[in-house]
Amino acid sequence: MELNAKVPSGPIEKSWDKHRFDLKLVNPANKRKYNIIVVGTGLAGGAAAASLGELGYNVLAFCYQDSPRRAHSIAAQGGINAAKNYQNDGDSVWRLFYDTVKGGDYRAREHNVYRLAQVSVNIIDQCVAQGVPFAREYGGQLANRSFGGAQVSRTFYARGQTGQQLLIGAYQAMERMVGLGKVKQFTRHEMLDLVVIDGRARGIITRDMVTGKIERFIADAVVLATGGYGNNFYLSTNAKGCNVTATYRAYKKGAGFANPCFTQIHPTCIPVAGDHQSKLTLMSESLRNDGRIWVPKDKGDKRAPGQIPEDGRDYYLERRYPSFGNLVPRDVASRAAKAVCDEGRGVGPGGLGVYLDFSDAVKRIGAAGVAEKYGNLFQMYEKITGEDPYSVPMRIYPAVHYTMGGLWVDYNLQSTIPGLFVLGEANFSDHGANRLGASALMQGLADGYFVIPYTIGDYLARGGWEKTTTDHAEFKKVEDDVTGRIKKLLGVKGKRSPDSFHKELGKLMWDNCGMGRNAKGLQENLKRIPALREEFWKNVNVTGEAGELNQQLEKAGRVADFLEFGEVICMDALDRDESCGGHFREEHQTEEGEAKRDDEKFMHVSVWEHQGEGKAPVRHKEPLKFEYVKPAQRSYK
Amino acid sequence: MRIILHVWRQKNAQSPGKFERYERPEVSPDMSFLEMLDVLNEDLVNKNEQPVVFDHDCREGICGACGFVVNGIAHGPEDGTTVCQLHMRKFKDGDELYLEPWRAKAFPLVRDLLVDRSALDRIIQAGGYITAPTGTSVDANNILVAKPDQERAMDAAACIGCGACVAACPNASAMLFTSAKVTHLGNLPQGQPERLDRVEAMVATMDKEGFGSCTLIGECSAACPKSISMDSIARLNGDYIRATFVKRPLELSGQGSG
Repeated sequence: MELNAKVPSGPIEKSWDKHRFDLKLVNPANKRKYNIIVVGTGLAGGAAAASLGELGYNVLAFCYQDSPRRAHSIAAQGGINAAKNYQNDGDSVWRLFYDTVKGGDYRAREHNVYRLAQVSVNIIDQCVAQGVPFAREYGGQLANRSFGGAQVSRTFYARGQTGQQLLIGAYQAMERMVGLGKVKQFTRHEMLDLVVIDGRARGIITRDMVTGKIERFIADAVVLATGGYGNNFYLSTNAKGCNVTATYRAYKKGAGFANPCFTQIHPTCIPVAGDHQSKLTLMSESLRNDGRIWVPKDKGDKRAPGQIPEDGRDYYLERRYPSFGNLVPRDVASRAAKAVCDEGRGVGPGGLGVYLDFSDAVKRIGAAGVAEKYGNLFQMYEKITGEDPYSVPMRIYPAVHYTMGGLWVDYNLQSTIPGLFVLGEANFSDHGANRLGASALMQGLADGYFVIPYTIGDYLARGGWEKTTTDHAEFKKVEDDVTGRIKKLLGVKGKRSPDSFHKELGKLMWDNCGMGRNAKGLQENLKRIPALREEFWKNVNVTGEAGELNQQLEKAGRVADFLEFGEVICMDALDRDESCGGHFREEHQTEEGEAKRDDEKFMHVSVWEHQGEGKAPVRHKEPLKFEYVKPAQRSYK
Repeated sequence: MRIILHVWRQKNAQSPGKFERYERPEVSPDMSFLEMLDVLNEDLVNKNEQPVVFDHDCREGICGACGFVVNGIAHGPEDGTTVCQLHMRKFKDGDELYLEPWRAKAFPLVRDLLVDRSALDRIIQAGGYITAPTGTSVDANNILVAKPDQERAMDAAACIGCGACVAACPNASAMLFTSAKVTHLGNLPQGQPERLDRVEAMVATMDKEGFGSCTLIGECSAACPKSISMDSIARLNGDYIRATFVKRPLELSGQGSG
């Protein structure tokens, strides 16, 4: 597997400009001759479909939901970063670049991150032009707030619904192109496999989730914007439908999978309430601007939070990290919460929680002031827990939230399969081993609006593939594989539901490959996951038929892929014998319990190549060079 | 606590449907409504029966995928709440609950509690956008938006497109949905150039899709999980009347060629 990142030469500030000039163009009149498949309609996919349609390409856009507007980007609450420096507080493209590389614990590719910081300013302009109702000051200018891992206010927001508003912006742009006939949308269509002909991505096989019909779609290039694999852990903040199938199928067709063990555990989620729990709900990181995190100083202090006096409280983030305080990056905040709970100082049922307390903020800006900033989040918390966060501190605990790993892509966002481009959370490129808050929205839109329209044109202009149709033998073969797999799932007729397997897998992942990982636990998972997979294929019970709307069948197919991919995550976590960012190997920590990198051995991207059924994948390396941000032990003290 | 469910079961739009009774003896008050149905479905699968089909995704009340009628109320009895955020502590031991899909001509039933809401996408396609192709924008702070305008736009933009307004309306009108978009974009300076064309095109599509007419009953706003106000309907009507009076000839003379 060749891993040529195709990073432009020359100074980093000029590299994207230079690269754009070097990219080949497709003549406007020729664009209509090309078809592009876009899978996923979140920020990355929706923005890409709209932008490519505007350029004149014929776009086929697919999503599993009933409307493109429902993609899970919609749930992002807090905001989107951009280096506008509207606040005159010292921000710059360079600082956003620096913060992101450092926040990612020096495991991201510098040039990609620099480009991200550069186009961040265009994103805000684009979104405002579309009518995204960002928060404003009284003079009519845009307002900003702060987020974790940064000491400037560069986060733009629309109440607690930033992801929703950005997605609706992209969705509306895309629907405009649907109305004009340049984008065809296929809702309730799930991509079940990728078709590769003569080494190039040429199409996909989908299942119509209403009729069960298996269909073939052909194009000149395929764009995957199918999100992350956080649901491999069963409980996560992802939507219930989020899954790894599209990217995992691409991996099995030859696309390298990069850093699968880099998963982000978000520090501020509502704790688990019971066995029935189906998903976890995030409370925006923006709450850490005004909320103070604490636990009782003493182990087993069971007093109600209001009964614990100031000197009985440990504001452990403020104590350990005086300069960033409650706004340390997510990986640091999550581990610190785990540490105090492991000491027996956690609060709430089971001791798995810490307080996020707004009483100081209420004193400072009043309940109305707090409501204006966070009203909808407080309301959501109250609905879920039945507690009023204006008077009782919130209880929060970390939960799986985002996956920095993803399909390997070069500077053009092209995977190791020519013609297969990967955008947004589905790729690996920008966040290293830990993503900073408000950077996922930025990356999704950067990839969709401002990167793929240029780089895909270069691929198309270079040509080199032959015209063919969906009658090609490879389409038939892949379709047969898909129908075979569905038949197999329905044919097991065992005793256990797909969901029960998913839950069991999720628990293994969380216990042994979650916030803290060690060789023993990972090795155990590498034995237990294959055993669970074997049981799945002998004992799963998928009710209903193939040719109808069948949510159990959808679920079973996704769980089958999670059962394979979970093993790849654990292999990578075991192989990466260091701690970095969200990947915390307990064997490697500083005296203060921080992640301890091993730059000698692991300053690389680990890229896994599938070798065929039943064979162990091979790990390749893309070495990382840091010419502009010198790696150091991250400090937020 | 014990809950008795009567769930609308219908295999597809062609076959007849009926209520099926399910007794749930052990419901935890901390469960969300959909988690209660998850547990029911697990039991059904374990008995080799067909689980209840319903739409859902984010389960945070923001994606707009979920929604059905609980005892005659879209999204159930709690104000300003989607059914995924409705928790069982809002009900009493022994409650009997009737679950039905959104019922509207423009929302054909697909299965059980799941309907086809693609008509809402087509209303947006007709004009629910600002034409701003990627790359053509000016610096964001060059477009000043007065805070009250931005707040009003945001209130309307909070719509999640779930369709509860249509289900709640005795006329099955999509007026609240359509007017929320008209209000969101029409309150912003960027939305002015297309304002009148937008409202005409969206209303025409709403009619064409088979939604009913609005008679200002207000059930829509009462059922709306985002509490979108009826003010937006007044605004749409104002814009619509203006659109019918203001001439906006767009004559394509062909003289742009060459």
